[in-house]
Amino acid sequence: MTRLSRRGLIGAGALGAGGLMLAGCNRLSASTPFQNFIGGAEDLTFSSQRLLLAGQPLAREYPASDISPVFKSNGTHMPGGEAYKALLEGAFVDWRLVIEGLVRRPSQFSLAELKAMPARSQITRHDCVEGWSAIGGWTGVPLGHLLRTVGVAPAARYVVFQCADDLDNSLDGSGQYYESIDLFDAFHPQTIMAYALNGQALDPPHGAPLRLRVERQLGYKHAKYVMRIQLVDRVDNLKGGKGGYWEDRGYEWYAGI
Amino acid sequence: MPTDAALDPGLSAPAPPAPPARAGREVIYRHTVVVRITHWVNVLVISLLLMSGLQIFNAYPRLHWGLYGADADHAWLEVTALNPNADKPTGVVNLGGHKIVTTGVLGVSAGGDGAYTQRGFPKWATLPGDQDLATGRRWHFFLAWVFVVNGLIYLLFGLFNRHFRRDLAPTGEQLKPRSILGDIVDHIRLKRPVGEEAKRYNVLQKLTYLAVIFVILPLMVATGLTMSPGVDAAAPWLLDLFGGRPSARSIHFITANLIVLFVIVHVVEVFLAGMVNELRSMITGRYSIKTEVRP
Repeated sequence: MTRLSRRGLIGAGALGAGGLMLAGCNRLSASTPFQNFIGGAEDLTFSSQRLLLAGQPLAREYPASDISPVFKSNGTHMPGGEAYKALLEGAFVDWRLVIEGLVRRPSQFSLAELKAMPARSQITRHDCVEGWSAIGGWTGVPLGHLLRTVGVAPAARYVVFQCADDLDNSLDGSGQYYESIDLFDAFHPQTIMAYALNGQALDPPHGAPLRLRVERQLGYKHAKYVMRIQLVDRVDNLKGGKGGYWEDRGYEWYAGI
Repeated sequence: MPTDAALDPGLSAPAPPAPPARAGREVIYRHTVVVRITHWVNVLVISLLLMSGLQIFNAYPRLHWGLYGADADHAWLEVTALNPNADKPTGVVNLGGHKIVTTGVLGVSAGGDGAYTQRGFPKWATLPGDQDLATGRRWHFFLAWVFVVNGLIYLLFGLFNRHFRRDLAPTGEQLKPRSILGDIVDHIRLKRPVGEEAKRYNVLQKLTYLAVIFVILPLMVATGLTMSPGVDAAAPWLLDLFGGRPSARSIHFITANLIVLFVIVHVVEVFLAGMVNELRSMITGRYSIKTEVRP
């Protein structure tokens, strides 16, 4: 065998192996057991981050001069349906935040009542899973304050946010946006139910009248148009079983990276 | 000292039972088993990290400098389509004010049905091939853990058995300007070393490997972690180090390009130096060198 043909053979072999590997990887990507296997690394990421965040450090807060000139709105810009339209036209006077589930005192709060509660303002960076970032100033009620007000039952482990928007425009409600976080993040001081962005009442593109801010996680966790907060002991019996709209569509429940 | 060589086989250590070399050649034991295994793990993992990284890039194919960066903000690099809804869209790369048409590869390329559609990097360069950010992220973070563990094994081993000190640290004599200049000239003339000189890495090689091992790859990990909002809360100094999350994302992308550049040069050099011999040395550890210059 000449030197050249041996080289050619190895080169062709490497190319062929590369092609096979790619086809193999794409096929593996479509296999659920393999997805679960590589998804196992997510548990490692989650545990590592919980270790790093054990002292509940705050996400960085920025001076007002660092606020993005335009805060990008993603996902739903205007929830469909007559119910939301009527609430918006009435300046959300008739809107109530329902808190229910594993709580001692199931409650409802009007926007005025929420605004009368202790407020927290924070200028933070919003990181989208797609890769863009925007800095904005949020004002709202710490979720921890709301949870202490209604009293969390000992069995509760997760806080679920049910939203007004149907991102799939589904007829059966399967596309209704929802999200969930655990109590570790729920009681973090920067986890707030925000009603204002940069000093203005939230507009529909940014989640009017109320949205979650869970700094230290990616944007899709920050549920907009929150109508109902439920305290539950598990999330695998809700909708797709993964604890959120995007989670049911393949994204990770823990969005710290 | 055959026992010592077996325990501590370095670049210049004599080979334990070496196969007989041809006349004018000597077979040395060049790569330890840990170097060989971690090398091939890296070949696989870095290739797939690159491809899953391009999948993630495609979800938002724009790069910014600074503390924030989204649609309305200035992007120093953008891979996009001029007329995305046209029958024949035009793919472009906007780089620092210059518009480069890249239809077919960047910005616009063949989708699942073969028709040209808007995409950052083409189907053949991403993992998975179709646009699927969730699966791309799952691959990327899984591979990142493998890469970090593999890298730590290599680093610990390199420190422990003096691989870095013995094989990669340039000698004082190698670092003299005349020696570096001579090496550059040798590279340009594609002149390969023989004899004792061939038993060690040349100074350009050493400096390149050191830069990749101790600067480029750690930079990749650090900028990757800076894109994590969780890590940023635990280690806000990372944001100061890189000048913000969008900057870290830009540096991550540039550094990935540097790795691709390194791999291209590395593979070309392997070809020039004798592919079979080089490949064999990274598989069996044994490397054949010329002991003398032929007349």
